[in-house]
Amino acid sequence: MTDAAVHGHESSTGISNIKLGMWTFLGSECLLFGGLISTYMLYRGRVTGGPRPAQIFDIPFTSVSSFVLLMSSLTMVLAVSAAHKSEDKKTNLWLTVTALLGATFVGGQVYEFTAFYNEGLGFSTSLFGSSFYTLTGFHGVHVTVGIIMLMALVGIFKRSEVPGKKAEVVEMIGLYWHFVDIVWIIIFTLVYLIPV
Amino acid sequence: MTTDTTHKAAGTELAENHAETHGMSNAGYIRIAAILAAITALEVSTVYIDFGPFFLPALLIMMAVKFIMVVSYFMHLKFDNKIFSFMFYAGLILAVGVYAAFLATFKFFIQ
Repeated sequence: MTDAAVHGHESSTGISNIKLGMWTFLGSECLLFGGLISTYMLYRGRVTGGPRPAQIFDIPFTSVSSFVLLMSSLTMVLAVSAAHKSEDKKTNLWLTVTALLGATFVGGQVYEFTAFYNEGLGFSTSLFGSSFYTLTGFHGVHVTVGIIMLMALVGIFKRSEVPGKKAEVVEMIGLYWHFVDIVWIIIFTLVYLIPV
Repeated sequence: MTTDTTHKAAGTELAENHAETHGMSNAGYIRIAAILAAITALEVSTVYIDFGPFFLPALLIMMAVKFIMVVSYFMHLKFDNKIFSFMFYAGLILAVGVYAAFLATFKFFIQ
């Protein structure tokens, strides 16, 4: 059975158009985050004023945040699995848990940014500060957009106004959410764990 | 009634086909998440334990393993149509190539 047939609709290529579009979008997002990560790697040692990375990074705190985001990927995949089995209540539950875990991660990032600012690292303090806030800020915005999509999906499900197949809509948002997770896997290693 | 039963049977068939397509059970996903958590713990341990010359390669390998596991299993790329893999990895390889060249022009790798 072709992929499109499994998803309950046909396309001239035999595969789901919406899924192909999402994967193309995620491929292009690699270029966006690649640019931001490269710029950070280039500027992370450029500290003329303000604190250096090793002076302000709180590895235990960021490790817990990373773990929370990683576990949100598990709850997201469980939501996708439940959606494929047409278990609406479980799907809504796992989507809500995913959104809550994502909100916890973003809350942690807001706390971290506030702590760094109080320790003297502003956006324009140094090239390190600018590139750090731009990279992690862009990622945080992506997570926030993901949370909004998850909550919107839960609300739409409750009204049963989902356009097209429910499972495919959940799967597309799941792909976006997992992408945000894999970007953080890279940021966590390159930004936080590898010293300057 | 008959139409209803037919729809339910079709729905069950669709769900079974999905399970075959995606090839993972919930227990499988939990196992993958446990492995990812263990690798993350190992990554964090490199900050506190001296790995010597293996520090950087070990971190990069662990990062790559986590990346591939999430993409392959949680994003179902391993079980899906190969064209999705092509679209994603084309963007990824292009990004790595372009930015590696960009960093090389700034002599990043010989610092």
